[in-house]
Amino acid sequence: MESEETTGKKEPDDVSSPDMSQDVNEPGEAANEAATEAEATSEAAAAEEAADAVDAEEPSTARMSSSDVGDSPSQAATAPLDLGEVLIEVKGLRKHYGDIRAVDSIDLQVRRGDVLAFLGPNGAGKTTAMKMITGFLEPDGGEVTVCGELMGPLATDVKKRIGYLPENAPAYGEMTVQGFLDFIADARQVADPPSAIDKVIGMTGLSGVRNQVIETLSKGYKRRVGLAQALIHDPEVLILDEPTDGLDPNQKAMVQDLLSSIAADRCIVVSTHILDEAERICNRALIISNGKIVVDSTPVELMRQAPGHNAVRVTFTDDVHPEGFIGDFSGLDWCEGASILESGEVEIRPRSGRSRLPEIMKLLEDKPVETLRVHEGRLDDLFRELTKGVTT
Amino acid sequence: MSERLAGLRAIYRREFRSYFSSPLGYIFVVIFLIASGYLMVSRDFGRLLELREANLDPLFTYVPWLFVVLVPAVAMRLWAEERKSGTVELLLTLPVTLEGTYLGKFFAGWSFLSLSVLLTWPAVFQVARLGSPDWGAIVAGYVACLLTAGAFLAVGMLFSALSKNQVVAFILGVTACVLFLLVGLPQTQEAVGGWFGGYAERLIESVSLLDHFEIMTRGLLELRAILFFVVFTTVWLIAGMVLLNQTKNQ
Repeated sequence: MESEETTGKKEPDDVSSPDMSQDVNEPGEAANEAATEAEATSEAAAAEEAADAVDAEEPSTARMSSSDVGDSPSQAATAPLDLGEVLIEVKGLRKHYGDIRAVDSIDLQVRRGDVLAFLGPNGAGKTTAMKMITGFLEPDGGEVTVCGELMGPLATDVKKRIGYLPENAPAYGEMTVQGFLDFIADARQVADPPSAIDKVIGMTGLSGVRNQVIETLSKGYKRRVGLAQALIHDPEVLILDEPTDGLDPNQKAMVQDLLSSIAADRCIVVSTHILDEAERICNRALIISNGKIVVDSTPVELMRQAPGHNAVRVTFTDDVHPEGFIGDFSGLDWCEGASILESGEVEIRPRSGRSRLPEIMKLLEDKPVETLRVHEGRLDDLFRELTKGVTT
Repeated sequence: MSERLAGLRAIYRREFRSYFSSPLGYIFVVIFLIASGYLMVSRDFGRLLELREANLDPLFTYVPWLFVVLVPAVAMRLWAEERKSGTVELLLTLPVTLEGTYLGKFFAGWSFLSLSVLLTWPAVFQVARLGSPDWGAIVAGYVACLLTAGAFLAVGMLFSALSKNQVVAFILGVTACVLFLLVGLPQTQEAVGGWFGGYAERLIESVSLLDHFEIMTRGLLELRAILFFVVFTTVWLIAGMVLLNQTKNQ
């Protein structure tokens, strides 16, 4: 580790690439867009472009990749480029509840510019890990360093640099939004409370309910109040435990847009079990299962590892019986297999999730293809595969 | 020291205001004033009007027994509600310490109880009208009431930190406070003396809240009595902090 990462006390201006989230995301987005294009037009060239785009980004997307994904393509990844300053460093973090091992030796580094998704089934240890990072729980073992300083019961200076939204966004129901934010600003010793409060109220869209009592607010507003208190001191480290849980699609989009807009000059850790959300706002995804990190990658990379990624689904005109020729695909070295789905579509799955649209198109050129689309794969399937056996 | 008490002032302000942001605070004050007033003038209890003596003993005598029920009612929500609603997580991840937070809540609750006690001031005017009261005894009596309120509040807060359920915290708090008063009754001390000997009798007398309270209401601001309340309250506060730290980590 470089010395500046060890001290972790650099000012934002010192960071060489605060917009790392964009650097990481853009190639992935290009790949997704290109893949969508291929789906719409069924043109082999577009799909090739998509594959190239994904291949080109590979070195910069996969990070630590200490994952147990086995022989996934991410393991071939090289060191990331333009790393930001380390804001959260977790070493050997452990927590037991009686005989239950909630968090089991977690090691983690989160850098400025990272928007990290904590994924995992309920009871996997996400919330416990967050509670230890924020200093609420004392770990049984290991240590947490935030902005270069060790977290502990008296680490009030460290806590000033963290914004935290606990699960279910708890707040004092009998207070008004304004009163609650006044209290948080007071406890956080915010330099200019009125302007800080005005700013977060504007950011989170709470101006209409500013003087309303919190317990009378809808769930969406309550969640926004929670976000406002977490952002009031403009923290470098933002930790959010299921910030969009229970919100309607519009409210979710609002929260996601807000997080995306403030991500560049801080690090954000978001716990969620909504995989689409991780894909949308995060440039790094971490899957926790049984208290251990089983995957540390990017949503784009995870998508590549998802079962059925880049599979081609084809339908034929009525007079064709695909049973006769799907066996031909299984014999090809790049093809994992082909099968007929319940919908009647023929699915051709390439190995390692790489796009093989040109080859497939070539093999289908004398067949009466009616529709053809490239399947992106489902993160849910990968999630289930990686966390199977975990029941809570 | 100030580092250890980070957040005390902000927590104090919020907590103190919270007593007046819902009807509960006002209801408490009204119940306390009606009950203490009734006990003070009732023919079966204080008989202030019948005795026509210029002292406030009819009020002070019954205040600890009122506090047995009312102070745990104030204390029960202090941590149980925070833990049940999850705001304890929000609170203890602010740049505050557990000690600062705990004491902030304690002092806010104590201030509220003190305010309630001081609202009995019309009784002082009444005894002043009856004659020439011993003002030293009245001041000492009020100090004793405030110290007793603080002591019971520290006891109640510990049980609030122990349970997420406010009712459980209340019942345990009342039980503990009653026990601390009962050991001060002569009947209890005699019974204990009869069973275990004079040494045991003196031992429970020395930890009796009621005995030390009565020393002060007699007009003696004895250092021993004041120290008793200070040590008693401090021990319960420290025990409560230790317990809260344990329960939040479970």
